[in-house]
Amino acid sequence: MSDRPIIRVQHVSKAFGKVTAVNDVSFVVQAGEIFAFLGPNGAGKTTTIKMLTTLLRPTTGSLELDGLDVTARPMEVRKRFGVVFQDPSLDGDLTAWENMDIHGVLYHVPRHARRERCEALLRMFELWERRDDLVKTFSGGVKRRLEIARGLLHTPKVLFLDEPTLGLDPQSRNQMWTHVRNLRDSEGVTVFLTTHYMDEADRVADRIAVIDHGRLVATGSSAELKQETGTESLEAAFLALTGTTIRDESATAADQMRQVARVWRR
Amino acid sequence: MTVVYILWLREVRKYLRSRVQIIASLGGPLMYLGVLGFGLGPVFQRAGEGSYIQFMAPGVIGMTVLFTAMFSGIAMLWDRQFGFLKETLVAPVPRLAIMVGRTLGGATVAVLQGTLIFVVTLIAGFRPQSLLAVPLAFLVIALIAVIFSALATAIGSTLKEMQGFQMVMNFLVMPTFFLSGAIYPLEGLPRVLGALTRVDPLTYGVDGVRGLLIGRTHFGIALDVAVLLAVGVLFVVFGAWRFSRIEA
Repeated sequence: MSDRPIIRVQHVSKAFGKVTAVNDVSFVVQAGEIFAFLGPNGAGKTTTIKMLTTLLRPTTGSLELDGLDVTARPMEVRKRFGVVFQDPSLDGDLTAWENMDIHGVLYHVPRHARRERCEALLRMFELWERRDDLVKTFSGGVKRRLEIARGLLHTPKVLFLDEPTLGLDPQSRNQMWTHVRNLRDSEGVTVFLTTHYMDEADRVADRIAVIDHGRLVATGSSAELKQETGTESLEAAFLALTGTTIRDESATAADQMRQVARVWRR
Repeated sequence: MTVVYILWLREVRKYLRSRVQIIASLGGPLMYLGVLGFGLGPVFQRAGEGSYIQFMAPGVIGMTVLFTAMFSGIAMLWDRQFGFLKETLVAPVPRLAIMVGRTLGGATVAVLQGTLIFVVTLIAGFRPQSLLAVPLAFLVIALIAVIFSALATAIGSTLKEMQGFQMVMNFLVMPTFFLSGAIYPLEGLPRVLGALTRVDPLTYGVDGVRGLLIGRTHFGIALDVAVLLAVGVLFVVFGAWRFSRIEA
C-alpha cells in the first residue's frame, strides 16, 4: 500500500428528485488499499460506486480516480477501473471465454495480450477447465469468480466490488476473499468494496468507511472504529454508528426483476 | 469497428444457440400462413386477386422481421435489468458504437428469422417471380430489420421495466403489422385506414418485398426504398440519441 491517493471524493452529493441518496461525502482511498464501504440498505453505497464508475453524475462535489476528474474525463477513467456489480453482469448464453473476450475487446486489449491474459486469469480463478461452458450453467460462486477475473482483464488500477459475496455460501465467500487478497498482493490493484458481512470487512479491509442515510459517519481501520465506539466487534461498532432500526425500503423495479430472475434460475 | 463487430457477433451467437427461440418464433407466421393463407385463399381467389399465399408470403416475412427486430428491445431491457448493459456502459467505448453493434445484431437476427420464414413459405407453395429478385428483396428486408431494431433500441433505452413492453406490443407492434397491408391489399381502403397505412413504415417494406418477389406493388419500389432509407436514418439517429441518455 502506498500513500498516493488513487480515489479522492470531495463533498459529493447525489439527489434523485427530492431524495438525497448521497449527502456531502468526502474520503480518500490510497493506492493498493483494500477499502470497504459499509452501510445499511439504501445508505448510498451503490450510488457512490455508480458515481465513481461514471454511471451517474454527482449533483455536487468532485470525484477523482488516479488523478483524473471522473465527470470530465469518463473515457480515460473507465480504462483505469474494473467493476463487479451487485447483480451479475455476465451473459449467461455465452461461454466463460466469450464473456472474457467481449470484455477485452470493449477495453481495447490487443488480441494476443487478450488471449494470454484471459488464460492467466481463468487459471488464477480456477476456471480454465470451464472456459467453454455456458455461463448459465455456473453456480453463483463460480459466476462471481468469473466476474472478478473479467474485471481484471484490462489490468485496472482499481477494482470495484459491489456486494460481491451477496447470496454466496460461506465456502464460496471465503474463497472469493482469498482471491481478492491474493490479487491485491500479486497485481497491486486497489480494491474498493461494499459488503453486508461485517466479518468479511473486518478480515479483509485495510480501512473501512461507514455510510448511513447518505452521510459518511466514520472512517478508519477496523481497530480504530472499535476503539472509537468502545465496542469489541465491527458489527457492534457498525450498530453503534448506524443505529439498530431495521430499514424497510420499498422494492425498486430492479429489485423486482432480480427476484423474478432468481425464481427463473431455480 | 471491433466493438461494433463483437456486439453484433454476441447477438448472432445467442440467436443461433437458442433453438427454442427459433422454433417458438415460427409459431405465429406458420399460423398466419396456414390458417389465413389457406383459409382465406379461396375467397381471395374468387375476388379475382389471385393466389393468397403468393400475396401474403411477403407480408408474413415482413411480420416476422418486425416482431423479431422489436423483440431485440426486450433483450435490451433484460440486459439493462440484469447487468450486461452496465458492463458495456462502463467500458471506454462510445455509446454510439454500442448502439450500432446491438442494432445491427438485432437486425441480423431478424433477417435470419425472415430467411427461415421465406423457406417455410416456399414449402407452403410460394413462388417468387424471379430468383434474381430474391437478393434484392432481402436488401429491403434488411432495411425493415434495421428500422425496427433501431426503434426497439430507442424503446429499450426509454423503458425501465419489462411490463412496459406489453404496452409497446399492443399499441405499436400489432398496429404496425395490421396497418402494413401484409394481409390485405392497399387498394380501395377507407380514407382513414388508407392514411394510416401510409404513415406505417412497414407498409413500404412489405410493398417493396412484394413488388420484388411477385411484381405487385402499390407505391412503386423506388418510393418504397426511398421511404425506408429515410425512416431508417431517422430511427437510427433517434435510437442513438435515446441510447446516449441511458442512466444505469
